[in-house]
Amino acid sequence: MSADLPRGLVRSRRTRVLALALTFAVLLLVALASIAIGARAISPGTVLDAFTHYDRTLDEHLIVRTLRVPRTLVGLLVGLALGMAGTLFQGVTRNPLADPGILGVNAGASLAVVMAIYLLGVGSLLGYVWFGFLGAAVASVAVYLLGALGRGGATPIKLALAGSAVAAFLSALSSAILVIDAATLNQYRFWAVGSVAGRDGTIAAQVAPFVVVGAVLALVTGRMLNTLALGDDVAQGLGQRVGLIRVYSGLVAVLLVGAAVAAAGPISFLGLVVPHLARMIAGTDYRWILAFAALIGPILLLGCDVLGRIAARPGEIQVGIVVAVIGGPFFIALVRRRRLVEL
Amino acid sequence: MSDDAYLALLHGRRVRRLRTLGVSIALAVVAFAAFCWSIAVGDFPIPVLDVPGVLLGQGSPKDDFIVNELRLPRAVVALLVGAAFGISGAIFQALTRNPLASPDIIGITAGASATAVFGFIVLDLGGTSIALAAVLGGLTTSMLIYALAWRRGMSAYRLVLVGIGIAAMAMALTSYLLSRAELYEAREANLWLTGSLNGRGWEQAGPLLVAMAVLIPIAIALIPKLRTLQLSEDTARGLGVRVNLSRSGLILVAAALASVATATAGPVAFVAFVAGPIARRLVNGPLAVLPAALVGAALVLASDVVGRRLFEPTEIPVGIITALVGAPYLILLLARANRVGRGG
Repeated sequence: MSADLPRGLVRSRRTRVLALALTFAVLLLVALASIAIGARAISPGTVLDAFTHYDRTLDEHLIVRTLRVPRTLVGLLVGLALGMAGTLFQGVTRNPLADPGILGVNAGASLAVVMAIYLLGVGSLLGYVWFGFLGAAVASVAVYLLGALGRGGATPIKLALAGSAVAAFLSALSSAILVIDAATLNQYRFWAVGSVAGRDGTIAAQVAPFVVVGAVLALVTGRMLNTLALGDDVAQGLGQRVGLIRVYSGLVAVLLVGAAVAAAGPISFLGLVVPHLARMIAGTDYRWILAFAALIGPILLLGCDVLGRIAARPGEIQVGIVVAVIGGPFFIALVRRRRLVEL
Repeated sequence: MSDDAYLALLHGRRVRRLRTLGVSIALAVVAFAAFCWSIAVGDFPIPVLDVPGVLLGQGSPKDDFIVNELRLPRAVVALLVGAAFGISGAIFQALTRNPLASPDIIGITAGASATAVFGFIVLDLGGTSIALAAVLGGLTTSMLIYALAWRRGMSAYRLVLVGIGIAAMAMALTSYLLSRAELYEAREANLWLTGSLNGRGWEQAGPLLVAMAVLIPIAIALIPKLRTLQLSEDTARGLGVRVNLSRSGLILVAAALASVATATAGPVAFVAFVAGPIARRLVNGPLAVLPAALVGAALVLASDVVGRRLFEPTEIPVGIITALVGAPYLILLLARANRVGRGG
C-alpha cells in the first residue's frame, strides 16, 4: 500500500464507531427530508402523524405513505447498493476510477431493458428488473475479460477504456432499436435518466432482498479486499486465492448494481464518488470503508433526489441527472489530482 | 552519418511517400466509386457508370434533375462529413498518440449533440441555428476538456479520461432533455443523435462546403507541425516548434471539423475513431491525415447506401451502420493492444 494514501480523518476504533453513528444520524435526517420535501411541503409533525395516527382521508397522509415513503425506501436501497458496489469495483480492480457507468455495466443493463421492451413487450418497472440484472452481469464480465487481457492484468486505465469501448458498442445497439421503434423510445427515455420517482412499495419489496443479501455478502469481503490492496503477489504470498476473491467480489458487485439499475435506471458517478468519501473518513481498511459507503451512498442519493425536487419546483429533476452534474466534476477533479495511483 | 545510411534513409522515405501516394489514389478511387454508387441507388435507379456523365451535365433532363438536385447534395454531405470526421479523428489520435482519443470518445461530439438537442427542444431553434449551436457546443466542449486536462503539461491519458467524464455529463444532459420533450421531438432528436443523412439537401451541403473549404486547408497547413509534435514534445521544441500554440491550433481545427460534421449529420458513430487507424495501417506509417479523410468519406458513403438498401423501404440511419461496423473494431483493437501489452 503506497504511503501517500490518505490515512482518513478518524483513526482510533472508538472515534470510528462515533463517526459511523454520526453518519447514520445524517442519513436519518436526509431520509426525513426526502419524506417531508416535495411538490407539496409537509411538516415533520404531519409526517410523524402519518405513521402514528394514519388517516387515509387526509391527502397529506396519503402522499407520505403511498408516494414519499416508498420513494425514499427505493432511494435508500439504490444508494446503499451503488455505494457498496462502487467500493467493491474499486477494491477488486484496485482502480480509483471504477464505477458502474464507466465500466459499461449501465450500458449493458440499458440494452437489456431496451430489448425487453422492444422484443418482449415488457412494459413495467417490475418487468425491467430481471433484464437489468442480466444485462449488467453480461456487460461487466465482458468488460473485465477485455480489460484483464495481457500483461499486468486489469489496470485502471485498461479497464476504463475497455468499459468505454463496450459501453459504446452496447449503446449503439440500443440506439439502433430506439430509432426503429418510437414506442420503445417513449418508454425507455423515462427509465434511462435514472430516477426514483413514482416507485411504489412493490418495487422496493422486490429489490430489497437482492440489496440486503448483496450488502451482507459485501460486508464479508472487507478483509479480502484489504489483502488484495497489498498487491496480487503479497496477497498470494499470504495464502489468499486472488482469482477467487475477485470473482466473488465481482459477483456481489454485479448483484448490487443490477438491483440498483433495475429499480432506478442507470445512475452514473454515485458508485465512483461514495468510496472516495468513505475512504476520506475511514482510511484504508475496507471493512470500515464498506460500512461508511453503505451509509454515504443513500445520503448522497436521497440528498440529490431532494435537491432535484427543490431545484425545479413544482416539477423535478431526476436524481440521475443531479448525480451526474455533481459527480462529473468530482470525477474530473480526481483525474486531475492524482497520478492515477492504483489503489 | 555515412553516405550509405543517408541514402538508405532517403530511399526509405521515398518508398513511404510513394506508398502513401498510391494508397491515397486507391482510396480516392474507392471513395469516388462509393460516391457514384450512392447517387445511382434509389427509387429511380441510374446505372452507376452513367453517373459521372450525368454529373458533368451529359444526362437526360430527368436524370439530370434526379442526380444533381435530389441525390448529389446528400452524397456531398456524406462525403464531407466522412472526410471531416476522418481528419478530426486522425489529428486527435496523432496528437495524443492514442487511438482512443477520437472526438467521439472524448466527448466533443457529445458536447455538440447536447447543445444541439438543447437548442432544438428547449429553445425551439430550427435548421441553421441548431447547426450553429452544435458547432459552438463542440468547440466549447473541446476547450473545456483541453483546459481541464492541462496540469503542468499535457497527458494523453488525462485528456481521454477527462473527456470520458465530460462525455458522460453531456449524455446525462441529453437524456434529461429527451425525457422532457414531446415524443415527436424526442424521436427527431434521437434520430439526429444516431447520425442520419435523411433528407439532407443543398441547404445543408452548401454551408458544409464553405466550412470545409476553410478548415481543410488549415488542417493541411498544420500537418507538418503535427508530424514534429508526434515525435515528442521535447524534440518538437528543440526543432523550434512552438508546442503549445501548434497543439492548440490543431485541437481547435480538429474540434471544429468534428463539430461541423456533427452539426450537419449528427454524431455519426465511430467514423472519426476507425478512419485513422485503418488509414495508418494502409499507408503503414505513423501519420495519415488525408488518407483518413478518404477512408472516412468512403465509410460514410458506403454505410449510407447500405442503410438505405438493407430494409427497403425503411431507411436505417447511417450512424447505426457505422456503429455496428466500428464498435467491434474498437473492441478488437483494445483486445489486441492489451494482449501485446501496449494497453496502458
